[in-house]
Amino acid sequence: MLEAAGAGHSGGSLSEVELLISLYYYKLRHDPQDPDWEGRDKFILSKGHACPGLYTVLAHRGFFPKEELFTFRKLGSRLQGHAYLGVPGVEASTGSLGQGLSIANGLALAARADGRDTRVYCLMGDGELDEGQVWEAAMTTGFRRLDTLCGIVDRNHIQQDSFTEEIKDLEPLGQKWAACGWHVIDVDGHDVAALMEALDAAERVKGKPTMLIAHTIKGKGVSFMENQAEWHGKAPNKQELEQALAELDEAYRHEAQGV
Amino acid sequence: MRPRVSEVKKAATRDGLGQGLLELGRSRQDVFVLAGDLAESTRAHLFQREFPERFLNMGIAEQDMLGTAVGLSLAGKIPFVCSFTVFVCGRGYDQIRISVCYNNQNVKIVGSHSGITVGSDGATAQALEDIAMMRVLPNMTVLVPADAIEARKATVAAAGVPGPVFLRLGRAAVPTITAEDDPFEVGQARVLRPGRDVTLVACGIMVNEALHAAQLLADDGVDAGVINVHTIKPLDVATLVQEVQATGAVVTAEEHQVHGGLGSAVAEVVTRHCPCYIDMVAVQGVFGESGEADELREKYGLTYQHIREKALGLLKKKSARR
Repeated sequence: MLEAAGAGHSGGSLSEVELLISLYYYKLRHDPQDPDWEGRDKFILSKGHACPGLYTVLAHRGFFPKEELFTFRKLGSRLQGHAYLGVPGVEASTGSLGQGLSIANGLALAARADGRDTRVYCLMGDGELDEGQVWEAAMTTGFRRLDTLCGIVDRNHIQQDSFTEEIKDLEPLGQKWAACGWHVIDVDGHDVAALMEALDAAERVKGKPTMLIAHTIKGKGVSFMENQAEWHGKAPNKQELEQALAELDEAYRHEAQGV
Repeated sequence: MRPRVSEVKKAATRDGLGQGLLELGRSRQDVFVLAGDLAESTRAHLFQREFPERFLNMGIAEQDMLGTAVGLSLAGKIPFVCSFTVFVCGRGYDQIRISVCYNNQNVKIVGSHSGITVGSDGATAQALEDIAMMRVLPNMTVLVPADAIEARKATVAAAGVPGPVFLRLGRAAVPTITAEDDPFEVGQARVLRPGRDVTLVACGIMVNEALHAAQLLADDGVDAGVINVHTIKPLDVATLVQEVQATGAVVTAEEHQVHGGLGSAVAEVVTRHCPCYIDMVAVQGVFGESGEADELREKYGLTYQHIREKALGLLKKKSARR
């Protein structure tokens, strides 16, 4: 779909795949036939540029037809270049980094006021954590003890220009969240079983929110994209797409045989 | 000097907010109020006292406060976000643009300290750009009530307007010039007096000045009409065009920069629908400074005298043309 669009964010969409799968195929209570179902859990993609990953998972889950994925970034499409509220299953338009966690807090506060057991998840990029609003929000979540909220950082170590360590080092990242009143879990962000376990563990934590620091590889599964900053905001051309799909296919077959 | 149009009662428009929020709190369960460490200054503390379970003090963090309000709104609540105008509009502009307006959420943004009459805090606290910043945003409604009574009505009305609303209020006590039983409808300007020679179009605390100017102009033999434009967006084009066509001359008056505010909004309408002589009473593209509210209005050209002078100037041009 990025190749068809001729633009989009490949790297962060690949690093988040297993995170989204463990949410949409395991953890989230939701109904693709009724996206506004009142009993659903809520997911906010704060790193709105990584919407290709989210749109793909939503389409495969049945929120909208898969064929629509090829309208991504095209004139008149619901599939806007950054996550868009008008897409079934998308809970908020995002795209200006750093704004999602505050929205997630508001959703959790509303659920608390209404006595609902809604769980709220918010996926952030690690580069996004440079934004000051994230830490304003982190203090709110911790201070208000929003234990129905689970944050996830896609810790792929790469932002637009370079490595996070070179732009504005985030470490010690876990301690920063802990200092804001969060329970912190480190997890392999490409291990679905480990992610499922971490999401369950987060739900058992009472009295404080939980942050999953999901250690990932930007551009995961495509040799020429992995750990390459230049693939943050770039789409593959036809030839690159063929190679990428062949590699992903090969990896899938390998894993299927192994299991 | 003759007495003011209304010396009767004085109250700040932020006091109207406090009363309006109380009214809303009592009449509907879905109204929440968020404050950014300025609960008392904004008068949000009145709501806090009566409805602590629906009040959130978010600290000095306007960006987070706006985002939290969006989350509440997505879940069906009607949050009022209260802070000084410079902070909520300035610090939170991108959050207002994307989280609030692009999502078209039911968030009501209240700027309690607008304009030069914020006074001795000086330029950093005197919001003079906010009308321009807010009215340019898609989906946003912009309300600028003229006194405390109208501010209370605007607060209550804002809860019923679907989508984002910006409510521009002031710190200083100003004459109460509207009555309890005056109508208030979002998007409907109020013609306070019709005129044949010139139309004075004002918002906020400048409505009182425009009324006063109209009285003085009557002594000059000029029949000046006065319109209270409490809704800058959507602007009441029909009423404006109807009044301006009768006079062919407009003076706008606002406690805001001359660029992008009420004057610009009115100019956008008259140039398209009824080209005419127009002048603007506003701050002329400079920052304010510390001082008393009335001293500052005098120094920065925001009094009935300034309106009167501009009106007479336009009439001179009009008669020279004939």
